[in-house]
Amino acid sequence: MIILLLDLISVFAPLSLLTIGGGQSIIPAIHSQAVDVHQWMSNAEFIELFALSRLTPGPKTLLVTMIGWHVGGFAAAITASIAIFLPSSVLMYYLVRLWARHKGSVLIRAISQGLAPVAAGMVLAGTGTILRAAEGGAWAWAVAIMTTACLLYTRISPLLLLALGGVVFIVARP
Amino acid sequence: MNQTEAGQPPSLYAIFMAFALIALVSVGGGLSGWMMRDLVTRRQWVTSDEFLGGLALAQAFPGINAVNLAIWTGYQLRGGRGAAVATLGMLVPSIAAAIAIVSVFSELNHIPGVHYALAGLSAAAIGLSLEMGIFAARQSMTGLLPVLITVATFLSIFVFGASLAWVIAVATPCSIAAAWWHMKKAGRAESDDHSAT
Repeated sequence: MIILLLDLISVFAPLSLLTIGGGQSIIPAIHSQAVDVHQWMSNAEFIELFALSRLTPGPKTLLVTMIGWHVGGFAAAITASIAIFLPSSVLMYYLVRLWARHKGSVLIRAISQGLAPVAAGMVLAGTGTILRAAEGGAWAWAVAIMTTACLLYTRISPLLLLALGGVVFIVARP
Repeated sequence: MNQTEAGQPPSLYAIFMAFALIALVSVGGGLSGWMMRDLVTRRQWVTSDEFLGGLALAQAFPGINAVNLAIWTGYQLRGGRGAAVATLGMLVPSIAAAIAIVSVFSELNHIPGVHYALAGLSAAAIGLSLEMGIFAARQSMTGLLPVLITVATFLSIFVFGASLAWVIAVATPCSIAAAWWHMKKAGRAESDDHSAT
């Protein structure tokens, strides 16, 4: 058991620091480690857990928690979660502190302003990429775009819109 | 440190609960979109400029965006403790939910329609991210160069499939240099004005 926990840490802690631009970027690496290198599960089991992690509230990287649960129960789930979330969080904390200390300086202001257009482009590209991979093809595009329009131009609650998306898919079965 | 309308930053408990609720309603994705709606629009704990600055940092540095953003926002609200509490709020309830869901998964999967409902929910959740992207693009479009950078970033990732690390490595320094140059120019124009008057 101890060896399994150490294995989980040695896989996920380095990945924590390689997660740039969001959790999506390390999915291929998690797949190869879990299925090929350590053979914790079959490919089909991985796909199942992946789908399940999309439907879990909170960050999608909770896939890692689920992989931990699958290979070693509760202790492994917690260990894997800490390994994936802690290293990058500590790094981010020190960065944020540094930021706050030099808040008014021209350099920090230039970096903040300069990062904003890059962030906007990345959010849009990330959204497009997920949409392209989404289940349901044209139905997924339609639901996503209608939801966006409602969010931009009406005051309908986002929770209601999510539920509507679910209902549309149950009826249409794309 | 940020002040709410009442003049007091929110309590650690309030921060924990706010992030826990955001995490738990964000089924299907679009977490940063939920965070923006709740923290900027509804609670007004941070301004949209502060939030988007944090979002850009959260994306540019290693880590899950939503967690990095929780650390950023928590820190703005109540320093190191705020950051810790916001992160725990984001993670502890959702880790518990993940374990609960994976342990009853085999039963859940047999209910007909569940699969479609969840796919539809995820599609709607993509709409949340899209709204956020549109908002971020609008906010950052302060001149020709920022617009070009946003478009180039989008195209290189979405259309040309460039790796994120490369895009960050190239676009970020260019964009920061452009912002720097713009500020210097604005600063110089301002001091010219002062000397003229």
